[in-house]
Amino acid sequence: MAVTLTNPVGGSAGAVADARPVLLQATGVCKAFDLPDGNGAFTVLQDIHLAIREGEIVALLGKSGSGKSTLLRILAGLIPPSSGLVVSCGKPVLGPNPDVAMVFQSFALLPWLTVQENVELGLKARGVPREERRQRALQAIDRVGLDGFESAYPKELSGGMKQRVGLARAFVMQPPLLFMDEPFSGLDVLTAENLRSEVADLWAAGNFPARSVLLVTHNIDDAVLLADHVIILGANPGHVRGEVHIDLPRPRERTMPGYEQIKDAIYLAMTNPEADVQQLIAGIDRRAETRFAPLPHARVGGVSGLLELVDERGGAQDIAELAGELNLDTDDLLQFLDAARLLGFAEIQSGAVTLTPVGRAFVEADILESKELFRRQALERVPLLRFIVNTLKSSKRGAMDAEFFLDVLDEHFPADEARRQLETAVEWGRYAELFEYDADKSRLRLPDESLAGAPA
Amino acid sequence: MALRTFPTREALKRLPFGLADVAILLGVIALIYLVAAVGAGALVAFEPPEQLPTISLDPANLPYYLARSTLRMFVAMGFSLAFTFVVGYAAASNRYAEQIIIPTLDVLQSVPVLGFLSVTITGFIALFRGSLLGLEAASVFAIFTSQVWNMTFSFYHSLRNVPGDMQEAAAVYRLSRWARFTQVQAPAGVIGLVWNMVMSFGGGWFFVAASEAISVLNQEYTLPGIGAYVTQAIAQEDMRALLLAMAAMAALVVVIDQVLWRPLIAWADRFKIEQNEATQAPRSWMLELLRRSRVLQAVREALAEAGEKLSARSRRARLARRQTWPRRSLLSVRRVDALFNIVLLLIVLAISGLAIWFIHTEVGFEEMLEVVLLGAATFVRVAIIVVVSTLIWTPLGVVIGMNPRVARIAQPITQFLVSFPANFLFPFITIGLIHFGVSLDIGGILLMALGAQWYILFNVIAGAQSIPNDLREMAANMRVSGWERWRSLIWPAVFPAWVTGAITASGGAWNASIVAEIVSWGNTTLTATGLGAYIAEATGAGDWPRIVLGVGMMCVYVVGLNRLLWRRLYALAETRYRL
Ligand SMILES: Nc1ncnc2c1ncn2[C@@H]1O[C@H](COP(=O)(O)OP(=O)(O)O)[C@@H](O)[C@H]1O
Ligand SMILES: [Mg+2]
Repeated sequence: MAVTLTNPVGGSAGAVADARPVLLQATGVCKAFDLPDGNGAFTVLQDIHLAIREGEIVALLGKSGSGKSTLLRILAGLIPPSSGLVVSCGKPVLGPNPDVAMVFQSFALLPWLTVQENVELGLKARGVPREERRQRALQAIDRVGLDGFESAYPKELSGGMKQRVGLARAFVMQPPLLFMDEPFSGLDVLTAENLRSEVADLWAAGNFPARSVLLVTHNIDDAVLLADHVIILGANPGHVRGEVHIDLPRPRERTMPGYEQIKDAIYLAMTNPEADVQQLIAGIDRRAETRFAPLPHARVGGVSGLLELVDERGGAQDIAELAGELNLDTDDLLQFLDAARLLGFAEIQSGAVTLTPVGRAFVEADILESKELFRRQALERVPLLRFIVNTLKSSKRGAMDAEFFLDVLDEHFPADEARRQLETAVEWGRYAELFEYDADKSRLRLPDESLAGAPA
Repeated sequence: MALRTFPTREALKRLPFGLADVAILLGVIALIYLVAAVGAGALVAFEPPEQLPTISLDPANLPYYLARSTLRMFVAMGFSLAFTFVVGYAAASNRYAEQIIIPTLDVLQSVPVLGFLSVTITGFIALFRGSLLGLEAASVFAIFTSQVWNMTFSFYHSLRNVPGDMQEAAAVYRLSRWARFTQVQAPAGVIGLVWNMVMSFGGGWFFVAASEAISVLNQEYTLPGIGAYVTQAIAQEDMRALLLAMAAMAALVVVIDQVLWRPLIAWADRFKIEQNEATQAPRSWMLELLRRSRVLQAVREALAEAGEKLSARSRRARLARRQTWPRRSLLSVRRVDALFNIVLLLIVLAISGLAIWFIHTEVGFEEMLEVVLLGAATFVRVAIIVVVSTLIWTPLGVVIGMNPRVARIAQPITQFLVSFPANFLFPFITIGLIHFGVSLDIGGILLMALGAQWYILFNVIAGAQSIPNDLREMAANMRVSGWERWRSLIWPAVFPAWVTGAITASGGAWNASIVAEIVSWGNTTLTATGLGAYIAEATGAGDWPRIVLGVGMMCVYVVGLNRLLWRRLYALAETRYRL
């Protein structure tokens, strides 16, 4: 049985994951629903292959309507696949999957049963004796922080508390697999945040009541904060577009290095249905602190002018002197210096600026060579430019609206600053001939010959 | 050293009995005695025409007669419940059963129960030859057929509409069929079922009264009960007995409401599926009493324990069973469906053919035409009742429903009016008609309206009460008032409730026509031109072909009306005006 999984980013992590036993495996799963009183059917899922391994949280991420819930229900054995096979803990799934406990977006509590009776539901069906059932239910209720609400009815509880009951009902089964279908989507933002971080903490603590988790969500934060693997589902019909391996340490925070990059890459993948997920993911820079360290507001002409001046003076110059000589505002000068340093053309030490070998080469080369040098330095050292180029490369026609990048930058900078950042990036990129800018349509696109060029 | 003069809480808890327990125990003993004593009356010999029960108008006998009638009501309700669970569940869980049951119920629901009384009475008397049980069974059957259909429908609908996620939760947590039924499906149907039981029980009194004294096939049959008592009083023109019977009946309706329906409704409140806290949960002193009882708690505990043991046995087998997806080949399903439809069609064709042949040989087509016209006359009466009741009770119902304080007082009153058997009031109207010389052709409308109109009021009040507060606030905020407020807010909001009320009222009026188009006081008998009178006369004379024709024609009218009018309004209410 050949299960082809797209390669997760970071080869080493992939190798570790492969060593773990597979708990649940779907092979070639397709699902079509009959159209109402018409002939023919409407395909919702096409040839899905996936595996959930021991000890991992897998997130199934896709827009609403992409078939996530349908896939989850097939894996849980609630509906049969039209074709394909699901194997759970070594047994084919041919009915409600006994290895799965499930948490529902709408909670799905029975309103006529108390919290405790709801939690005991599955144990009772399994035939656990009364006293043991009670003990285990109370423990689970305690664990989700509902101590003291055992005999309350669901309608007396807030949404967040109801979902805690849903979690307790699943936890108490101690299932190999915990399935969660949009567990936080029915809650208000703060409650969702709260509950998600509690689930994350439980998982990180190492005594989680389930061995693996499958989380269905359309929320990127849910996926990046919780999952080890994010499977991105495309729509019409639902298919696996790719998989992102997330190796951020737990407990995770949004402020962690790398978090925003992964999120942006996934966001990009989700907003560009045609984009190649693998390409985008490959663009994630794992070394940078934050991808979009602000660009200095310096035009390329200004930077090279400054470098030439320094070069003429023997390759080193005191900054205060330089400012006086150029009759420049110190602030403006600093912007130029920053740019030079960012591009690796100069170094600044104890109030003096010194050209680097690359900087010297840049100043002394002819125009074509210096462009080439600038391009190389920019791609290597300016994440924003690299991001733009990669995005353009993975987009359909090698072109994107500037508005899109502005949106992305808006998440990192105040609106004015975002615009200035983009202006600078565009100026640099045009100089380096990394991309072209069509001011009329306000679109960025790759120069024709570089469409087939190697990625940065 | 601390002196304890009163028992500690723990000691009190250890006491097995509380005051509530004493009350309940006494109640149970009294009930058992009553049922045994009264029930014995059903087993006496009965050899018509020599040996017939007689009715005495002595007021001292009134409680006994009331008890006999009440017992009949509860026996019928028991059968109705059993039928509801079995048939409702079957229809909801099997596609083919559903295709037969639902249309059948739909027709049965529209059939004039009273028209069939003649058929069933002869049948049951033959079945229990020599015992009064035959007549009892016929009466119980009549009550049963008046109660059961809406209960079954309600339960079926609830089962079909159990929220999908709850069903999935039941599947994920691997509940057995039985656990699914008792913990998920049946609870989801409780509220609808309880309300329909209340309505059915109220409607049932009408049929108790009508079925206890009836002349079928030239034979007067009398069954000891409150209905027979009233009939006797009418025959003897005994006003005092009549008033007494009415008062006793009213008291009984109130008592049953207090000790049975209120607590049931209050108890059922926890089966609400809407998750938000209700506006105001219904309360009942009786339920409080029952909840306080320790004996009942112990009984419940013991039952739970027993259930635990029972289910443990079946569980092992169930969990061990291998699972397989149901095999589904599209072709075979289609074939079975086609075959099924052909069989159904053949049955329907056979019945229609039989009916036409029967009418042709027994009564002839001219009379059939005449019966169609009689049906039209009754139809006009029914239509007038629905229109006039709507014009009167809709505005009033809305005003009551939108004013919570008034509603709290008015709702129990209308519920009482719905439950009180209207045929108890017939004699008073009859006297008036005779006195003023009004024809029953007109007066019959009043008689038929006596019971039917309250359904409209009752439902409209409920509809107006459920208008969401935010919509009302929005209307106030937008300064929508007067006619515009009615048109854009109130009417659409109460429309579904009105449809329900109007359907019930119309069905009730058709049924009532059989007893309302012929009435008597002493030796004076008034007759109206209409299908109801035709059926009643044919029944009295034992004229089988005309009974069949009359009842069949009423079915055609009622079912036709349902298809052409009510069902469309219902669909409109469901799609356009659903809140
Ligand atoms: N029982 C069903 N019958 C027909 N279509 C369905 C059924 N369930 C889901 N679908 C369709 O399948 C698609 C995917 O639905 P779903 O799995 O709920 O998506 P998601 O959970 O990603 O939002 C939708 O277009 C939905 O209309
Ligand atoms: Mg979904």
